[in-house]
Amino acid sequence: MAKRSIIPFGPQHPVLPEPIHLDLVLEDEVVVEAIPNIGFVHRGLEKLVKTRGYKQYVYVAERVCGICSFGHGMGYCESVERVMGIDIPRRAKYLRTMWMELSRIHSHLLWLGLLADALGFESLFMQSWRLREKILDIFDATTGGRIIFSVNQIGGVLKDVDRSMLQEIDKTITELEQELTPITNTFLEDALVNNRLRGLGVLTKEQAYTAGAVGPMLRASGVDYDSRETGYAAYNELNFGPIIAIEGDSYARTKVRLAEILQSFEILHELISKIPEGEIAVPVKGNPKGECFVRIEQPRGEAIYYTKGNGTKYLDRFRLRTPTTSNIPPMLDLLKGCQLGDVPLLILTIDPCISCTER
Amino acid sequence: MSDRIITLGKAELYAAAVQKKMNGWRLAQICAVTTEDGYEMSYTFVKDKNMDTLRVHLDHHESISSITQIFPCAFLQENEAAELFGVLINNITMDYKHKLYRIDVEAPFGPDKEEA
Amino acid sequence: MDRLKKSPWMLHYDASSCNGCDIEVLACTMPRFDIERFGIINTGNPFHADILLITGGVNAQSAQVVKQIYSQMPNPKVVVAVGICACTGGVFKDCYNILGGIDTVIPVDVYVPGCAARPQSIIDGVLKAVDILEKKKEAQTHE
Repeated sequence: MAKRSIIPFGPQHPVLPEPIHLDLVLEDEVVVEAIPNIGFVHRGLEKLVKTRGYKQYVYVAERVCGICSFGHGMGYCESVERVMGIDIPRRAKYLRTMWMELSRIHSHLLWLGLLADALGFESLFMQSWRLREKILDIFDATTGGRIIFSVNQIGGVLKDVDRSMLQEIDKTITELEQELTPITNTFLEDALVNNRLRGLGVLTKEQAYTAGAVGPMLRASGVDYDSRETGYAAYNELNFGPIIAIEGDSYARTKVRLAEILQSFEILHELISKIPEGEIAVPVKGNPKGECFVRIEQPRGEAIYYTKGNGTKYLDRFRLRTPTTSNIPPMLDLLKGCQLGDVPLLILTIDPCISCTER
Repeated sequence: MSDRIITLGKAELYAAAVQKKMNGWRLAQICAVTTEDGYEMSYTFVKDKNMDTLRVHLDHHESISSITQIFPCAFLQENEAAELFGVLINNITMDYKHKLYRIDVEAPFGPDKEEA
Repeated sequence: MDRLKKSPWMLHYDASSCNGCDIEVLACTMPRFDIERFGIINTGNPFHADILLITGGVNAQSAQVVKQIYSQMPNPKVVVAVGICACTGGVFKDCYNILGGIDTVIPVDVYVPGCAARPQSIIDGVLKAVDILEKKKEAQTHE
């Protein structure tokens, strides 16, 4: 039997901007087991519901994570609204969907950049992030923030977007679609990228499903599931379907995310042509009493928001199960049997978001 | 599309979880809530558009057995409930023994000290 | 001495941030904001770094890591706290697992406010840090 050794990986690592620590048990170069150690960014913000009113907590919920910020704010608002039985105006639903889809594009472009960086493909990294800046400019113009923009409120949204701005967004997206083509081709057809990604970290359909994978990770293994289809916000009025791939390897995960960017462009075009006129928020009176679970499809996968109110200003409990929490167990499956040199790349392909996971 | 919360006795949970596994449900989340007289554990399962939550009530010092034997991926969330809430969970396959987040405070979400 | 001013290397660590400031730090190295035009290179190795950029408040576990990274950096060194959480703890100040700003653990030279801090202000902060680094270097040579 080969000699076993344990190598600590992280928390400060050049490939990952966020701290995660893994103890890798190796037999020569091959990983036989990976034991995750988290808690470097645990803040305990679910506890803040006891000291912040439920309307104020929107701002805390948005700061669970800087990448999925809008989605978390929206998920929290949706869950409180469902508990209180508030029906928000249709225009607000469309606006939320618009920012959510823009967030998805920005998140996937960010991930593509990090992937290119992990492959050592510096210029592709820069190009992906250059496109991402255009999405951030849209955020900046419509909300005033680049990363965290706090436009959600219980009962609707805080800011409206006028017709000329919407047309401008439509135009920017059309331009982006064209600019994305060469990047897509490089990711999917370049021999260097292909060599690294194809066949690396294969997760079968059964493995992915039993390990509880969500989002692009689950869909890249051939499972047809997208929680946007449950029809929150304006998704029930829009045309789309889950994007799946069957290979289940790192290449498939890249392909799915690239296709999702294109799908988001389509959704945005449709949404901008359909957006109704009207109010953007309804007044909210009273306090939440009751409980509910809400599923939201974040860029990284399905997130579950649980809200339990007791009829006072302060909630009893707010729980957020983020996509990465679900994706860590399948990631450990992926790492078993891989080469040490592939570990950073494999961790990256699940699109980890550690600050979401630990809250 | 259905969205149900089903309250169960502690003894029925294991069998119900096996049933879910057999019928092809996916474990979506585990959530602990501290109530006045103990804890409320919610196990949410998802299959296609349906979401079922199994709920078990526990007294303060009552233990519950882990479902990691059926759903191995539950280990992270069960460890979290044990560490942050102080729920007594037996036989977790990968038990961190309150060393998952390694925080300085003991069970910050648990019952207030004077109540316990 | 001039060499340091011309090309200080920076290291980034996420103490317990929400990611917002982290991706803005990364965005600074992109062609659009291009911090590299000042000769600054983002490195992953604390032994190579002159400037430490920290985001997020410090929690029980990351405090040790922050101290360790700081001690591994060669003298002279400067610390830039990026974002309001790194300055004071920000929105998470009341959380049970947040000790407060970075200055509760290691000395901080430049505070960059904002949630999330904008790339422009991060670059501004880093340039201030370069001046401080220069002064520290001078003080060191006179000793």
